[in-house]
Amino acid sequence: MSDQHTRPKTRWHIAVFLAPAVLVYTAVMVYPLFNTLRLSLFTEIDQERVYVGLQNFKTLFNESVWSTQFWNALGNNFWFFIIHMLVQNPIGIALAAILSHPKLRFASFYRSAIFIPTILSFVIVGFAWKLILSPIWGIAPGMLDAIGLKSLYAPWLGKEAYALTTLSLVSVWQFVGIPMMLIYAALLSIPDEILEAAEVEGITGLSAFWKIKLPLILPSIGIISILTFVANFNAFDLIYAAQGALAGPDFSTDILGTFMYRTFFGFQLQLGDPHMGSTIASAMFAIILVGVCLYLFGIQSRMRRYQF
Amino acid sequence: MSAARQNRFNLFAAHAALILYTLIALFPVFVIVINSFKTRKAIFREPLALPDAESFSMIGYQTVLKQGDFFLYFQNSMIVTVGSLFFILLFGAMAAFALAEYRFKGNTLMGLYLALGIMIPIRIGTVAILEMMVQTGLVNTLWALILVYTAQGLPLAVFILSEFMRQVSDDLKNAGRIDGLSEYRIFFRLVLPLVRPAMATVAVFNMIPIWNDLWFPLILAPAEEVKTLTLGSQVFIGQFVTDWNAVLSALSLAILPVMALYVIFSRQLIRGITSGAVK
Repeated sequence: MSDQHTRPKTRWHIAVFLAPAVLVYTAVMVYPLFNTLRLSLFTEIDQERVYVGLQNFKTLFNESVWSTQFWNALGNNFWFFIIHMLVQNPIGIALAAILSHPKLRFASFYRSAIFIPTILSFVIVGFAWKLILSPIWGIAPGMLDAIGLKSLYAPWLGKEAYALTTLSLVSVWQFVGIPMMLIYAALLSIPDEILEAAEVEGITGLSAFWKIKLPLILPSIGIISILTFVANFNAFDLIYAAQGALAGPDFSTDILGTFMYRTFFGFQLQLGDPHMGSTIASAMFAIILVGVCLYLFGIQSRMRRYQF
Repeated sequence: MSAARQNRFNLFAAHAALILYTLIALFPVFVIVINSFKTRKAIFREPLALPDAESFSMIGYQTVLKQGDFFLYFQNSMIVTVGSLFFILLFGAMAAFALAEYRFKGNTLMGLYLALGIMIPIRIGTVAILEMMVQTGLVNTLWALILVYTAQGLPLAVFILSEFMRQVSDDLKNAGRIDGLSEYRIFFRLVLPLVRPAMATVAVFNMIPIWNDLWFPLILAPAEEVKTLTLGSQVFIGQFVTDWNAVLSALSLAILPVMALYVIFSRQLIRGITSGAVK
């Protein structure tokens, strides 16, 4: 090399520092991701892998055996996401706003306690709520009875009309800590001068929240929305732990994650089909990619303006 | 002063709201744990009562410890979590150092390439990952899980750690270079100790999702000897679904290690989230 005089050592160490991370990341994450996209263009005929182009996608979207399940799972997944956006994030923001009150005592205790469900595994959360809501045990009906609302009780997880909403709310219960923490951090980082200036103008309390703080934390709300979106369209564990791979009753809680699991891994009488599984995974990839791009190019770039 | 009274009322309302939500958050855990110490009859008759001398029973725990190999599951979960964290931190810090410290062709591109994985979930590639693990004979080994979690954790680790490594003073590193330290020594002796808080943040972020994951143990390592605690308790509860004592005890046993980790690391975790490491 001509510039060996200026750089006495060949800079092998850069490669050595980068190699392990890049190798593991490429081999176990990036390559399988693209390989999965590639596998969606193949199918198996007589135990041989045959290239079929976009045929699998046509099957998935149009052939009724597949398409009813796919559109059902996709629709359920959107409902799952909408509940999170409408319930989890507002509650998280409200809790954070209360917690950030400067004179509040025990704030760190509340914060730690409310975050506990987030650290529990889906298996614990799924079964715990299944037991609590179960008509056999009777905790939920008993508690509703105590406040005179027993007539409202139904075995929610067993009813097609309620099961998905109930599970979404269980998931909201579990993850409310994440928006709470992120918004709390954002609220703390608002400079005191801004709030004091508002106070001088007579803007305090709730109106300070709506007029000053909320616009300033919009970027964090954007981040939370995209995190929620990716997590929801990638969800599987809670549904599987609470309702099994068949996402009962009658597939009413089926989302893309459980649908993909059943398809590629096989379940009970159904044989696993890696190619259709890859096709569903590719559809999930496309959905997540569209969401992330919308966020990056649509929402985030517009929100930057509010930060100043 | 009405403003002061108003303020006190606000504080009171704030406490009321927070206490209410804290109860909602803790109630299910509380119910599960107290009932795991009760007899079957008491579980159903008085589900909300604390266990007393008459209703106290450890029968559920006895069944769990006899029937399920929870110590093995716990050990597997430990190996997978600690192993993955070790590789995430070591490889992540090395790559972050390379990106933060040196100027070379493709630096930005490499950073972007590694950052892609922050938003794209690794589960999308599961079909091909399983195929690869079958081909390499890693299926039903803990290595399969460690590799997957390492790959999954690296993007965010590199991102966070390189932010912190940019703040390490150049004078210190240059002093080390003048003293004749190799680049490796500068990294391991000078830089790594200084970014320990950031490494702890990364570790805590990764620890809980790895410990709690159900998807990859279910698909890559479902065999009895390599089951993690999460999968083990899922399977156990599925089998003993009518034995309420056993189910409640298994749930309590599964809660225990995570709660212990949380109590030890909650300060670190909350500081990590609120310090803006993920912004």
